[in-house]
Amino acid sequence: MSSIALTMMISTVSIVAVITGYFFWKVLKTPPREEPDSFSENDDEKR
Amino acid sequence: MAQQKEAWGSRVGLILAMAGNAVGLGNFLRFPVQAIQNGGGAFIIPYIVCFLLMGIPLLWVEWASGRFGGTRGHHSTPFILDSMDKRKFWKYIGVFGIFTNLAVAAYYCYLESWTLSWVWHTVTRSFAGQSQEEVAGFFGNYVGLNSVEPIIFWIICLVLNTWILSKGLSGGVEKVAKIGMPLLILFGVFLAVMAVSLNAGEHGAINGGSVGLNFLWTPDFSTIWSPKVWLAAAGQIFFTLSVGMGSIQCYASYVRKKDDIALNAMSAGWMNEFVEVVLGAAIIIPISVGYLGVDKVIEMTKSGGLGLGFRTLPFLFEQWGTVLAIICGVFWFGLLFFAGITSSLAMGTPWMGFMTDEFGWSRQKGAWSFGAIVLILGLPTVLFFNQGVFDEYDYWAGTVSLVVFALAEIILFAWVFGMKRGMQEINSGGDIQVPKIFGFVIKWITPILLLGVFLGALITPAGNDWAGALQNGWVLDNGSIIKQITNSGLKEQIAAAQTAGDQALVDTLTEKKLYINAARLLLLAVFSGVAYLVYIAYRKRIKEGRFI
Repeated sequence: MSSIALTMMISTVSIVAVITGYFFWKVLKTPPREEPDSFSENDDEKR
Repeated sequence: MAQQKEAWGSRVGLILAMAGNAVGLGNFLRFPVQAIQNGGGAFIIPYIVCFLLMGIPLLWVEWASGRFGGTRGHHSTPFILDSMDKRKFWKYIGVFGIFTNLAVAAYYCYLESWTLSWVWHTVTRSFAGQSQEEVAGFFGNYVGLNSVEPIIFWIICLVLNTWILSKGLSGGVEKVAKIGMPLLILFGVFLAVMAVSLNAGEHGAINGGSVGLNFLWTPDFSTIWSPKVWLAAAGQIFFTLSVGMGSIQCYASYVRKKDDIALNAMSAGWMNEFVEVVLGAAIIIPISVGYLGVDKVIEMTKSGGLGLGFRTLPFLFEQWGTVLAIICGVFWFGLLFFAGITSSLAMGTPWMGFMTDEFGWSRQKGAWSFGAIVLILGLPTVLFFNQGVFDEYDYWAGTVSLVVFALAEIILFAWVFGMKRGMQEINSGGDIQVPKIFGFVIKWITPILLLGVFLGALITPAGNDWAGALQNGWVLDNGSIIKQITNSGLKEQIAAAQTAGDQALVDTLTEKKLYINAARLLLLAVFSGVAYLVYIAYRKRIKEGRFI
């Protein structure tokens, strides 16, 4: 691969993967809200 | 009014369902082809800019509109839009949010059924020992309905979709997304590794995987200011995110006001980008270039990525030996199936939400009626695929309608509902704070970009040559909306065939024109039918005194 193609690919893929991972990680790390919330599976969970 | 109260089971489930709604076959088949046709690696620059300035704002607008309507008891766009302004016509604009889903589902389920069929044929070794022409011919025979098999797979696919929808959001749609999305990513990663690690000389490959990647990612910066490239990038962002359909609003309408949408929208949107840019770019092009070479791939992708995906890849997988051919074939078409079904399920929910809200239908009745409509509406796309009915649905319902509806909804949100309320609505319950600059972007930049996409499609210059059209006079391309309405391209083909004295071709093309016009009338009838239902629902609301 040419260096310019490699640079374009690695920089784009890295940026997209890191931002995707960051937002999903933030979703997973955010504690659930007080009930009632929008989600039925956590209805019995203690806060 | 609702018989069964719908809700999401979990936040991750909601995000995966939203991401699944966005991730479709286009992520793997359309994006890489658009990239190589529009400047290679340089395409990613307008693509990312359009994602930031049009995609993300539209996602926030649709999530916020959906939740706003949902808290007022509306789960489909006619009355979601109606709740945002006093003027009565908005609910008829909202008809697009049901119509589009019905019409797109009608042909999309057929496309989805091909993936199921190709999984079956991979496992039963139908492609073993076949030449590339024979595998391509298999596709031609399939859509030409040389057997009843396509109809059987289509019905299976429809019943599966309907049955899942009848299980509700958390019991059906969300469960499929929780299984389908991780599997899709797993299959995608496996295939991407296989494609990238392809070596020239091994298993008959003439190029290594890096040659295809080099071809796709080498930037042609001379194209960066071309309106054609920017329109292609904006169009790709638009279609990949499933905005302008009404399904995002429907999903978001089941989120409570105090719960986040700002972060959820980001997470689902970027997940779609990951699948498209990271996985979508690393499979079909490297494998195809590995076996066919750059020139052949350029030639083959002129008519889009569908041909490469269904006509060519099964043959290429066969070069890797029996075991890998089965694994890769199942993974590739399985990946496309999960991409398809998570989108088609989203298309069923606006109709179900509308009938449940307005006419008190049960979830089951809503789901099975959706299946019945898709069956009736989809039948012409199956029976008359070669007459252009499938493409006609895709053009009017799956392309033009989306842009028109998105333009209308962003004007409503930014200019009528107002950006002050709009930003409050987006940030309400947010786990992230949306930067204030997006207020400006949503009000000005996104509508201008959308208008550009619409006008670009309306008056596309001949050969997509914008510079030439500005200098030498504007001649419309036969692909422009104006020329499409008048069937200009088809008429030119008929005239050419008449001149050449080819009566058989004249008859075929005249018949095609008839089917295309009939398909348009059918779509118009569906739109009018949904609009009439909205009118009845409106009268019913007034009669029952339950209007806002």
